[in-house]
Amino acid sequence: MASRVDEPHDDLIHVTPNPVIEPGHTAASVTDKISALVLKRKTPLAWYIGFFISFSLANVLMFTIAYLVTTGIGIWGNNWPVGWAFDIINFVWWIGIGHAGTLISAILLLLRQEWRTSINRFAEAMTLFAVACAGLFPLLHTGRPWLAYWMLPYPNTMNIYPQFRSPLMWDVFAVSTYASVSALFWYVGLIPDFATLRDRAKSGAFRVVYGMLALGWRGSARHWHRYETAYLLLAGLATPLVLSVHTIVSFDFAVSQLPGWHATIFPPYFVAGAIYAGFAMVLLLTIPLRKFYGLEDFITLRHMRNCAKIMLATGLIVGYGYMMEAFMAWYSASEYEGFMIKNRIWTGPYWWTYALLILTNILIPQVLWLRRARHNTVLLFIVALVISVGMWLERFVIIVTSLHRDFLPASWAMYRPTMFDWSMFVGTIGLFFTLLLLFIRFLPAISIFEMRTILPGAAPKAATSDE
Amino acid sequence: MRKPTRPAIYGVMAEFDNPTDVVAATRRAYEDGYRRIDAYSPYPIEALSEAVGPHKERLPLIVLIGGIIGLIGGYAMQYYVAVWNYPLNVGGKPLHSWPAFIPITFETTVLGAAMAAIFGMLALNGLPEPYHPVFNVPNFALASRDRFFLVIEARDPKFDRDATTGFLRSLGAQEVADVEH
Repeated sequence: MASRVDEPHDDLIHVTPNPVIEPGHTAASVTDKISALVLKRKTPLAWYIGFFISFSLANVLMFTIAYLVTTGIGIWGNNWPVGWAFDIINFVWWIGIGHAGTLISAILLLLRQEWRTSINRFAEAMTLFAVACAGLFPLLHTGRPWLAYWMLPYPNTMNIYPQFRSPLMWDVFAVSTYASVSALFWYVGLIPDFATLRDRAKSGAFRVVYGMLALGWRGSARHWHRYETAYLLLAGLATPLVLSVHTIVSFDFAVSQLPGWHATIFPPYFVAGAIYAGFAMVLLLTIPLRKFYGLEDFITLRHMRNCAKIMLATGLIVGYGYMMEAFMAWYSASEYEGFMIKNRIWTGPYWWTYALLILTNILIPQVLWLRRARHNTVLLFIVALVISVGMWLERFVIIVTSLHRDFLPASWAMYRPTMFDWSMFVGTIGLFFTLLLLFIRFLPAISIFEMRTILPGAAPKAATSDE
Repeated sequence: MRKPTRPAIYGVMAEFDNPTDVVAATRRAYEDGYRRIDAYSPYPIEALSEAVGPHKERLPLIVLIGGIIGLIGGYAMQYYVAVWNYPLNVGGKPLHSWPAFIPITFETTVLGAAMAAIFGMLALNGLPEPYHPVFNVPNFALASRDRFFLVIEARDPKFDRDATTGFLRSLGAQEVADVEH
C-alpha cells in the first residue's frame, strides 16, 4: 500500500527553488486559509463581474436550447454533406478539456507527483463541468432530447435495441461512465473537506448542508485507511478510463470509411490532444484564481512550470500526429487520402483554418521551451488561450474539411456556422464558467486534507514509525 | 431496546498536537491490552491505522467482484441483445462480433469496479453516520484542522474510568476528556 504521508517531504520543500507550498505553512494555516475562501473571506469583486458575464452567457445557451427544441436542429448550419459540425467539434473539444482533470487527479497521483495536490480538486471540477457541457451537444443533436433514453438498452414495447457495433453507442457508454466515475471520485475527495467546513462553519445553514455532505466523517484511522485504499483503486480505475474515453471518441471518426478520419493514429493522437487542451484550460483557470484569491503560496510557479512542460510534450505528440496524417496520405498512395490532405492544407477553401491551426497549436506554443516563458504567468495565460483556440480549430479541420468534399463532386458544399451554432458554443462557455465560479464560492477549491499531507512534519517521526 | 449493561460514558478521549505523539500513544494503548480504541487525525497517516490494531483488508476484493460483475454483465447484455433478442445483419458481420463488444465491456467493468470501490468504502466505514459520540467533545472540531485524538471506549474490557484517564495522561496528551454518549 502506498501511503502519501510516510515519506519525508522536508527535502522536497526546501531544496527545490519553487516549492509545492511556500515555507511557513502549518496544518492549521492551510486549513484556515482555504476554508476561509468559502466561509469567511469577502467574495472579491472580480468574482461578481465574472459571474455576471458567465451567467449572462449561460442564459444565451438557455434561449438557444429553447429555440432549438421548439424549432428543430435546422437552425444549425450543418447540412449534407457536412452532417456533423459544431455539435461534434464542441463535444470533442469539451470532453478533451475534461481529460486533464482526470490526468491530474488520477495519473499524477499514481505517479506520485505531489505538486498535483494543490490543483487536483479544481481540475476535477473542471472535468465535471466540461463533461456536462460536452454532453449537451450530442444530446441536443438527437433533435428530440426528451427521447435520449432510447440510447440505453432497456426492454421496451417497441422491441428495438441499440446497435452495439456502432462507435456512437460505445460513446454513450464511455461518456456516461466517465461522467459518473468523475463525479463520484470528486465527491469522495471532498468528503473530508466537507467535514472541515462543517466544523468551521459559523452559520447554521452552511453547517447543516456541509454536515450532510460530510456523511458524518470524523477522521477515524480505520476510515482513513479504507478511504486511501478506495482512493488509490479509483485512481487506478480512472487512469485507463480516461484513456479509453478519448480513444472511443476518436473511434467515432477512425472506424468510419472517410478519408481524413479513417486513420489508426487517431486514438493516441486524440488522447494527447485532449491532455494538451486540458492543461491549457487548467492554466487559463488557475492563473486568475491564484491571483484574485491570493493563493500564490499554494499554487506556485512550480505548478505553472510543470503544466507548461506537459503542454509542450503533448503539443509535440499532436504535431507528430499532424505529420503522420500527411505522411500516411502520401505513403498509402490512396487517391482519396491524397486529395483530402492537399485539399485540407492548400487547395481547399478551408486552407486558412489549417494554417491557423499550425500557427496556434504547433508554432506559438514552442515558446514554452524557454524557461523564462514558463515562469511568466501573463505569457502562459496567452499561450494557453492560443492553444485552446488551436485545439478547437483542430477538430474543425478534422471534421469539416473531411466532410465538405464528398466522394461525389456533385454533392460538394461549404459549411457555414449560423448564429445559433455560435450562440450555443459561447453559451456552453458561459455555463462552464458559471458552474466553476459557483464551485469556487461554495466548495474548497484546493483539497485541504491532501495539502496537510504534504506539509513538512506531516509524517510521524521516523524513530517511532519504525517497527 | 437499550442494553442494560450500557456504560455511563462512551469512552475517554486524549488530544495530541502532533502526529508522532498520537502514533506512539496509540501503540502504547494497544500494547497495554486495550482493543476498542480508535484514533482520529485530520489527514491519513499510515502508521496510525496500523497502530489501532490489525484489520482485514476487504475493500480490494469487493472492488474485484464489482469489476467482474461489470465485465460479465456488460458482455452478456451485448451478446443477448445482438445474438438473441434483436439479431441484425450489419454488412454480413457475424451476429456474435465480439471485437465490437470490447469497448462497452471495458466501460461497464470500470463502472462496476468504481461503484464497488466508493459504495464499498462507505459501507465498510459505516457512513453516512449522522450521530457519533466523539462529536460531543468540543475540542474534537479540531480533528478536521490540526489536532490528533485517541479514544478508548468504555466497552473495552480493560476500561476503567480513572485508570484509563490516568493512563492517557501519562502518554503526554494535551488534554484528556470524557466522551458522553
